[in-house]
Amino acid sequence: MKPIPPSATLPVTEAELHAYVDAQLPQERYREIEAYLSARPGEAERVASYKAQKNELRALFNSVLDEPIPTRLQHAAAPRRPWYLERLAAGIAIAAVSAGSAWFLRGTVEADSQRLAATERVIQQASLNNGSLEASNSLTGNTLTGFARRAAVAHVVYSPDIRRPVEVGADQEQQLVAWLSKRLGTEVKPPSLQPIGYELIGGRLLPGDSGPVAQFMYHDKIGQRLTLYVTREAPKITGQSETAFRFGQDGPVNVFYWVDKNFGYAISGGADRPELMRVAKEIYRQLAPT
Amino acid sequence: MQDDSASLLTWLPRLRRYARALVRNLDDADDLVQDTLERALSKTSYWRDVSDMRAWLFSIMHNLHVDCVRKPVLHTVAADETTQEIASLPTQDERLILMDLQTAIDQLPFEYKEVLLLVALEDMSYSDVAKTLSIPLGTVMSRLSRGRERLRTLLEGQPAQPARLKVVK
Repeated sequence: MKPIPPSATLPVTEAELHAYVDAQLPQERYREIEAYLSARPGEAERVASYKAQKNELRALFNSVLDEPIPTRLQHAAAPRRPWYLERLAAGIAIAAVSAGSAWFLRGTVEADSQRLAATERVIQQASLNNGSLEASNSLTGNTLTGFARRAAVAHVVYSPDIRRPVEVGADQEQQLVAWLSKRLGTEVKPPSLQPIGYELIGGRLLPGDSGPVAQFMYHDKIGQRLTLYVTREAPKITGQSETAFRFGQDGPVNVFYWVDKNFGYAISGGADRPELMRVAKEIYRQLAPT
Repeated sequence: MQDDSASLLTWLPRLRRYARALVRNLDDADDLVQDTLERALSKTSYWRDVSDMRAWLFSIMHNLHVDCVRKPVLHTVAADETTQEIASLPTQDERLILMDLQTAIDQLPFEYKEVLLLVALEDMSYSDVAKTLSIPLGTVMSRLSRGRERLRTLLEGQPAQPARLKVVK
């Protein structure tokens, strides 16, 4: 194949001169355009001026890239209340906000505290806004206080978490027990709820009032989740080393809680009262000395 | 949803840069950005089908800007806004040239300005510009050509349309 002589190259179009300025030409065309321009000083000057324009425009406006972004725009780009919250009832919304916040408030205990505190505020708000919620509380049980309330909050925060509901999975139960026991300063073991239809997903450590608390998560065959909250702080708060079972409710979460041998226990879930009672009794049975 | 929000945040500086160049006034520019973000977030159900997020976001801004240009409103300035028009001023010599450029840019018809700015600031390919502004590629090229030439004559102090000038005695 014979090389094409320079004189046989295609005529240079206006569009190609711009593509030359913007580096959007096919590779093989650059030399031809350069040859064309070198023979035409007027055109070369025009092209050089377009290149200069482009650089000057960038110089003029690139400083905007480094400006701090106004908060109103940050909020507009990442609204605090995601769109799906608007459509949901208050109760479910609480679960959704915690799932949604999971991605940026995760990892450290400090982050966990923030997350729990934020959820607590949302729940309080929901209770204030929702008269019927208050009414149902007085009918079906107590409004939660103390560690039971924190347990409910922790349940609401972590049980909807699809990607990472627990820090240590049940497949590493040995490590889970060793780790939680070390951190809590006493042996802590997740009860086996398999016989009553709940499988352990795993556990995590959460900030309590003064020290860490443990949360174990279980699910049943259809994926309904229960969490067991274990704390050593309860007796300090209640002033009792043992209490009877108590039932309370916070929004969509039902909680059975009790204090036994200086530990506070709370079992939380969306399941109804009899079902939670059944689970609570099983846990109590397993923890009792035989 | 979460990742998508994060990606809107990542586009924010560039949307602001373009908006600032397009409408100049800082508050109006940020209003345009805010409207763009809100429009984008109201259409999250489409996001899965958006293959080119940049073209999509800039096209939203384009449409909002067109509405704005066609239906001019009084612009308002937030009283507590302490930010400058341009955050950092370049050195003295550059500044003279750049201020001229700013004035010149503002005199371009917005159709030219949009093409010119998307190419200059965003380094968009011509076909992406066509997609973003919903115009044929040929129109992109002719607007780019006219816009650049108009800007050149404005910057070099020549009248853009010499034919219209009359010698007045």
